Amino acid sequence: MSHNQTDRNGPVQKERSMALQKELIGGHFDALARAKEEGRKVVYTFVPGNLTELMRSFDLLPVLPEINALQSGMRKLSGDYISEAEKQGHSEDVCTYVKCDIGMLKKGNIGPTGKPIPEPDLLLLSYTGCFTFMKWFELLRQEYEGCPVAMLHVPYQADGHVHSHYRDYIVEQLRTEVIPKLEQVSGQAYDEDKLRSNLSLSAKAEDDLVWVLESAKNVPSPIDAYFGGVYYIGPIFGAFRGTQEGADYYQTLRAEIEERLANQQGPITPDGELDEERYRLVIEGPPNWTSFREFWKMFYEEGAVVVASSYTKVGGLYDRGFRHDPTCPLESLADYCLGCYTNLSLPARVDLLEDYVREYHADGFMINSVKSCNSFSAGQLLMLRQLEERTGVPGGFIESDLVDPRYFSAANIKNRIESYLQMLEQKRGAAA
Amino acid sequence: MNPDLAHLVERVSNLYEDIAFQTVRDWKAAGTGRHAIGYMPIYVPRELIHAAGMLPVGILGAGDRLEIIRGDAYFQSYICHIPRSTIELALTQRLEALDGMLFPSICDVIRNLSGMWQMLFPERYVRYVDLPQNFDPAVGGTFWRQELDTLRTDLGRIAGREIADRDLRHSITVYNENRRALRQLYEARSERPWLFPTSEVYLVLRAGTVLPVEEHTEIVRRYLELAPLENDRLEQDMSRVVLVGMFCEQPPLGLLITLERAGCWIVDDDLLLGLRWMGGDVPERGDPLENLVIAYLEQSAQTASVYQPEGRRGTWLVESVQHNVAEGVIFCAPSFCDPALLEQPMLVAALDQAGIPHTQFKYSENTGQFAVIREQAGTFSDSIRLWSEA
Repeated sequence: MSHNQTDRNGPVQKERSMALQKELIGGHFDALARAKEEGRKVVYTFVPGNLTELMRSFDLLPVLPEINALQSGMRKLSGDYISEAEKQGHSEDVCTYVKCDIGMLKKGNIGPTGKPIPEPDLLLLSYTGCFTFMKWFELLRQEYEGCPVAMLHVPYQADGHVHSHYRDYIVEQLRTEVIPKLEQVSGQAYDEDKLRSNLSLSAKAEDDLVWVLESAKNVPSPIDAYFGGVYYIGPIFGAFRGTQEGADYYQTLRAEIEERLANQQGPITPDGELDEERYRLVIEGPPNWTSFREFWKMFYEEGAVVVASSYTKVGGLYDRGFRHDPTCPLESLADYCLGCYTNLSLPARVDLLEDYVREYHADGFMINSVKSCNSFSAGQLLMLRQLEERTGVPGGFIESDLVDPRYFSAANIKNRIESYLQMLEQKRGAAA
Repeated sequence: MNPDLAHLVERVSNLYEDIAFQTVRDWKAAGTGRHAIGYMPIYVPRELIHAAGMLPVGILGAGDRLEIIRGDAYFQSYICHIPRSTIELALTQRLEALDGMLFPSICDVIRNLSGMWQMLFPERYVRYVDLPQNFDPAVGGTFWRQELDTLRTDLGRIAGREIADRDLRHSITVYNENRRALRQLYEARSERPWLFPTSEVYLVLRAGTVLPVEEHTEIVRRYLELAPLENDRLEQDMSRVVLVGMFCEQPPLGLLITLERAGCWIVDDDLLLGLRWMGGDVPERGDPLENLVIAYLEQSAQTASVYQPEGRRGTWLVESVQHNVAEGVIFCAPSFCDPALLEQPMLVAALDQAGIPHTQFKYSENTGQFAVIREQAGTFSDSIRLWSEA
């Protein structure tokens, strides 16, 4: 079922799909390193609202700076990159993904796997659910002088609805701004049939991903939908949505989880299979990447399994029914962008988390509030209260950061998690 | 001080101090069926509110004039201060006079604050004003027109009457008059900053966030007449600086006074930028909504929350320095302000390229100690003068 790999912290238990995922991502970084010598063009873009199927239809390779940053965080490289950016005048108050990326660039743009990241041929600024994205690519534009930028402004779902003029606005921007620049950079004409074909592959992968995420409704859950979930979303949120490799990965992953479910097995953690599921949690907010394994361990050591999370929806909210639709390709891309988690209003986010608590039979929910990300973090304390009121389930609140190791206080976080789980235990005892 | 000027300054100071928005309450009580609509920084089309017969009210936090008791419980320590005091104002019933709130797309904090408002005050009208970042009239313009159409309908519903084109044209006219007066004020200050100290200009400007626009225009015009009559306002050997980063969370008044006492004449700034958002007049003839749309696309201020397709970030700042014959720039941004702080390295690069000196520090709207800022600004001012003399 699983095999061992070794990292700096000792032997790590991994599912087959995790190894496959690692191969895919590693292969993509290799392809990026060879891109210039092979004459391939690369497009930098963001995870929320990414237009991978469209880029791929022009044979362009995507580079996702958030993925570079989080990978750098997991490989303990981000601290130096952030320091470098701060030395260059970037404020200590702002997003550490941005500073990690700028710092990596200033130190030679060597990617997290040790291979060079090529300079962009286009900056595709998909402005979806995060204000910082705009400033981030404006900063990169200054670094890569002369690099064209395609701006795609995705309206915010402030009142919880997708209005038809939002969709029209995005489609018009795709037609008049994004596609012409992709054509210019790639030297290829827009091929809608190719896009449709990619979108079909996306929909298949999305079906399988949703099945996997919803497998956590079973008790016990065969997956951890947050710490394990970030591996599951890697290919589809990154460069592989709309590719055969991506679709194959999700088919493999689904088969693996089906088997785990049939055998009533719990999630695989870095220390092996979780034998006893003691607490079922929903988590809001991104994980900390610099101490990811240590952070995860704080949960699985206590038998806590995350059964649903909002972070695994930042690159698309597929479990509420959305699928990329080849019959209306540009409109479908527009709907995809509009529906990403951080593009939802706070009330819609609370509604979603409330549904998760109920649908996944959660004992509690936690918010990991990250300093870097105001899009996620501003308002989370009110979300906590609202969720407690609506569900009657107690909430926990911890603070860390995405990739700045200075903001991960292990002792404090562990203490809070343990106290929170003790409270759940007491509540359970009182109810019995 | 001339009694007329003293009276005017006292009036605008009182308005600044009035965090219970008594002026707005009084305005509403003076007529039947009157409504007031609050708005956060930076830009909202106030003409639409005015055309509905309502009072637009700028909500800019509470500065250093309110102890935050409940607001801090809603925000983590790493989030800026303006949402805390704004929530505090609302939870302490100080914003009861408002019949609705508009939250423009400045940053993720203000965006999420709009959602908090929906949850905390479900009975109130709340709208997120999603300003277009595409400036093609056929694309971003079409989107913005539809957004404004919705806002127009919503405001009309609150007012109990549709907003007629003629009313909107009239509103555009009175706001054009206000914008002209403010441009005149900024030009006058730039020419002779010793006659129009920023600590006073700011209060005059700020009155425009709570008074009816017609009344505010009169105050600005009167101030322009009265301030130059002061005999004791003499030119001094101080540095001319442009102040940048204060477009959202407002600095405490003491900070502006401190900068002037430290030897800095402020000759341009981005304080209360929404009042001066349009670089020129909005056309008064033709389709008024379309005129607002085109004015937004073509005349918007260049600031951190607005995308620049040409990618020339900082050009406007260099041009401002040149136009106002400034000798340096002070970056003065609120702590944890994403737009200002993410923008800053790009502006610094533009200034460095142009050889323009600059310094930087951060503040919070409730900052109470200015000794360090005074020392830093004073040193900056001294160094500029020394370089100039060399």
